Amino acid sequence: MHPAPSVIIFSSLSGAGFGLLFFLGLGMPAPSGWVAFVFYVIAYALAVGGLLSAFFHLANPKNAVKSYSQWRTSWLSREAWAAVAALVVMGLYAFGQVFLGTTWTALGWLGAALSIGTVFTTSMIYAQLKTIPRWNQLPATPLMFLSCSLAGGALLSGNVTLAVVLLLVAGGVTLWHWSAGDTRFAEAGSTLNTATGLKGKMGLWEKPHTGENYLTREMVYQVARKHAVKLRVIAIALMSLLPALLILVLPTHIGAVLAVISHIAGILTQRWLFFAEAEHVVGLYYGAHLGKAAA
Amino acid sequence: MTALPKSTDKKLGLVIDLDTCVGCHACVTACKGWNTQNYGAPLSDMDPYGKPEGTFLNRIHAFQSQPETGLAQTTHFPKSCLHCDDAPCVTVCPTGASYKRAEDGIVLVNEDACMGCGLCAWACPYGAREIDQAQGVMKKCTLCVDRIYNENLPEVDRQPACVRTCPAGARHFGDLADPTSDVSILVAERGGMDLMPEQGTAPVNKYLPPRPKDQIQAPVMGGDEDILAPYLAPVAEEPKGLLAWVDRALEKL
Ligand code: SF4
Ligand code: SF4
Ligand code: SF4
Repeated sequence: MHPAPSVIIFSSLSGAGFGLLFFLGLGMPAPSGWVAFVFYVIAYALAVGGLLSAFFHLANPKNAVKSYSQWRTSWLSREAWAAVAALVVMGLYAFGQVFLGTTWTALGWLGAALSIGTVFTTSMIYAQLKTIPRWNQLPATPLMFLSCSLAGGALLSGNVTLAVVLLLVAGGVTLWHWSAGDTRFAEAGSTLNTATGLKGKMGLWEKPHTGENYLTREMVYQVARKHAVKLRVIAIALMSLLPALLILVLPTHIGAVLAVISHIAGILTQRWLFFAEAEHVVGLYYGAHLGKAAA
Repeated sequence: MTALPKSTDKKLGLVIDLDTCVGCHACVTACKGWNTQNYGAPLSDMDPYGKPEGTFLNRIHAFQSQPETGLAQTTHFPKSCLHCDDAPCVTVCPTGASYKRAEDGIVLVNEDACMGCGLCAWACPYGAREIDQAQGVMKKCTLCVDRIYNENLPEVDRQPACVRTCPAGARHFGDLADPTSDVSILVAERGGMDLMPEQGTAPVNKYLPPRPKDQIQAPVMGGDEDILAPYLAPVAEEPKGLLAWVDRALEKL
């Protein structure tokens, strides 16, 4: 799948932002006044910034408001609802803490549930797609998104011990998602034979057109696979190991800032891989996997 | 509403004969022509004098296959929306723009509601949906819904443009829910098949497999049936003269 920067930025930043809102909603910490203000500015900048970036991914954004209509069937619509509900509830809760110095605990819990729920709905948009076997992993795909969001949230909210644990958990879940994902395409069972109903060893004789098209650009993205292993190592190191080490050995604000930067850079790499390594079955019609099918 | 109908009264769709298709792309052109001049946003072409690409609702691939026994075959493979019964492209749509009609099973996009998120194209296993790069809305085969019910057209033209135009008769249109329809009989007799059944989309469109071409199907020629045969028969079975000498010399080497 084409690793569109807008979608990668969306899922990385808003994941961390909603993770932070989750911990703030739980009262971990429960700041007030200016400190609270700064926390919420960071959380909203990440969450809303991510959402705006996803908005720019739309080819026809003027109809975006209609995406609230199909929550019964569509995970994307559910995500839109969850995001707005989380931002509104947490906005009220933040108002209490920043301006009134009070913490409305029950409201915070609701906001926390909606925040993490938003991350879950995002993950299900990908996990539901049978056409992209690497994404279609239950529960690994949702767990990967959730653990990354919680790790980022714990880091940003200054829950140091929890952050170390969650960073390592997120790294572990990511490794699991990768290794299980590597065999998913074969397990899903789609080949050029099932795609065409034709028998025997197959080859692509002629493409339907000489140039590219929307499908080949969007879904038949050719990743430079020789770099995939290196990028995996970089992703795990930056998103998980380095930040955990930094907050343990450098328990200062500088250490925390460096850990956050490293973590977000690592998550961006992980999400780039999430897209670039994912193969859509439509690629079969354009000659993907022919080596394996013919062997 | 992007919930799928429980069942549809009819299942209008196409039956595509892989044995007959000659890969001429006439249906591609007819489809683009009709759907650019009629319902919905036109199908744009981008950068036509540079690196051209464009929106198409129907594309023809071509594959070669080598069966276990027998000769290799080349198969032209037209592909457009299969109007799936269990259409994943419909249920993922957040805006309600994608829908499947309860009356005839046609899967359509309401372009006035589409926000161009592209999720439905991701959900379709067959690559049957493309966002038009000029209009930013999702385009897909409409089964020529603006032809098949169109009383302004002569009756013979109330068929999809691709079916009407195919010079080889490789595309057939009809109701696949009716077991007595021509298309259903064709599917039953020729062993019509689903594409990627493992994806669970229950496509309405069916593909007829190519007939095996592992033997020469022409009758053995005796010579009598061809008046030229006697004149073309080899005159000298054994080489003579110089040729005979060359032949013998080569044999000895
Ligand atoms: S072929 Fe693709 S676009 Fe058409 S109904 Fe099936 S899933 Fe949807
Ligand atoms: S691109 Fe349009 S039709 Fe497709 S899922 Fe998005 S809103 Fe629905
Ligand atoms: S039925 Fe109409 S829209 Fe669909 S492929 Fe044929 S010509 Fe194109």
